Amino acid sequence: MIRDITLGQYYPAKSLIHQLDPRVKLVTTMIYVVSLFVAKGALGYVVATIFLVMVIRMSKVPFGYMTKGLKAIIMLLMITVIFNLFLIDGDIVLWRFGFLRITDKGLKTAVFMAIRLIYLIIGSSVMTLTTTPNDLTDGLEKLLGPLKKIHVPVHEISMMMSIALRFIPILLEETDKIMKAQIARGADFESGNLIRKAKAMVPLLVPLFISAFRRANDLAMAMEARCYRGGDGRTKMKPLHYESRDKMAYGVVWGYLLLMILFGRVIYNYISFI
Amino acid sequence: MSIKIKNVNYTYAEGTAYEMHALKDINLEIPDGQFVGLIGHTGSGKSTLVQHLNGLIHATGGRIYFNGRDIYGENFSMKELRSKVGLVFQYPEHQLFEIDVLTDVSFGPKNLGFPEAEEKAKEALRMVGMGEEYYRRSPFELSGGQKRRVAIAGVLAMEPQMLILDEPTAGLDPKGRDEILDQISRLQKERGISVVLVSHSMEDVARYVDRIIVMNQGQVRFDGTPKEVFRHFRELEKIGLAAPQVTYLMQELKEKGADVDTDVTTVEEAADAIESWLKK
Repeated sequence: MIRDITLGQYYPAKSLIHQLDPRVKLVTTMIYVVSLFVAKGALGYVVATIFLVMVIRMSKVPFGYMTKGLKAIIMLLMITVIFNLFLIDGDIVLWRFGFLRITDKGLKTAVFMAIRLIYLIIGSSVMTLTTTPNDLTDGLEKLLGPLKKIHVPVHEISMMMSIALRFIPILLEETDKIMKAQIARGADFESGNLIRKAKAMVPLLVPLFISAFRRANDLAMAMEARCYRGGDGRTKMKPLHYESRDKMAYGVVWGYLLLMILFGRVIYNYISFI
Repeated sequence: MSIKIKNVNYTYAEGTAYEMHALKDINLEIPDGQFVGLIGHTGSGKSTLVQHLNGLIHATGGRIYFNGRDIYGENFSMKELRSKVGLVFQYPEHQLFEIDVLTDVSFGPKNLGFPEAEEKAKEALRMVGMGEEYYRRSPFELSGGQKRRVAIAGVLAMEPQMLILDEPTAGLDPKGRDEILDQISRLQKERGISVVLVSHSMEDVARYVDRIIVMNQGQVRFDGTPKEVFRHFRELEKIGLAAPQVTYLMQELKEKGADVDTDVTTVEEAADAIESWLKK
């Protein structure tokens, strides 16, 4: 039933990408996103494709998982493509129907926009599929560390994030359980009009809220019992350390960005048809 | 009112990295009026199995027959099945939601369209020993044991012909545990319904049931009367379960040379067995 919804979609496997420091993966994802918008011509996207395929191959995650995230943005993708296709003015008109027309520039922008969005989702999926949510928040906390100087509560933010992430599967399971219990008592969550359906949610939502509050209370109590008092002076059980593979990964990523600038921008400026 | 399970298989999250084969080729028949104990370690598949019995989980393979009718057949109404097979989940008090006890217990019979839903609710509350003074109380201000009894009444009010209870005594003190089990046992005799009691405690179950089904790693390991099953206490230990303590006591007495009957499952039977040996 509700179990099919995957959130925090970590795919367990043993690969070099899985083993990388979460900070490396976060920075890489950012650089990768920037690089997608640096590239102007097709040559740049060839480089990005090679890089992406290489990383996916190394991650040992089946390709089907990468494209799952695309379902969520299909509407956005269509709207972007349609708007770019019909609204951008160009030099050569390729097709005309009434007030609708497609120009060469419009077509090119639409195609590149679609590629950018698809690559963006696949790229960030690689990160979430190969990094556990806990590692991710750990990496984020460390990366945002300097912001503490300007009194941004970095530790608290990352703690809230990890708790929220941790609670998603718990609450999903709870929802599933309560739903089943009420179905066993003859509740009907599916039929009827909108108002009936909303009313049918009451037997699900009331117990769910109560259980969420109960769990939050228990957790707060458990944290206090362990003398939790925020991030100051707190050490980590598994502190993040850069290994040699992480340094190498940084080298590869910056090299990739250089290549993207070279092929996507510099060469494009000279030979603009690619 | 019988349920027949034929070659049932169930796999969680099929085709993903988290795939788990929870039930492997289960074959069982639960006849009318039987009190069955379903025992197994955590993760043995017992909760998954009972959820099949009222159609909450659809088997990935195999068939289930309710009174000879295939529940996965085209003309079979799951709603009807759920009204006949009452399932009380683990920690059922977590499903309470109404403003007062009586309204909450009436939820089930109302959903089934019973005209006298409130009467059924009152009857069910009487059976679990909750008096009139509780009818208008909020279910959230009751004690843990009372909440649980109200939740069980919520299923009883639907007048099921088969009652399944998933660990009804988890988290209760010994007194609350005995009260609930006694009430269930009385109910079973009064109404002649079949009851499936899911538990991981042999002690709880041995006193009440006619038949014990032991599950391990998604398969049925033993199936028989308590006496038959407890004879395999060495094997039971290997799968993380234990026979009732009296079984061990009698076994040790026998090893020490006392000629007692080791085929006992309850303290009372053990006392009788020791007495008759002393008289010899």
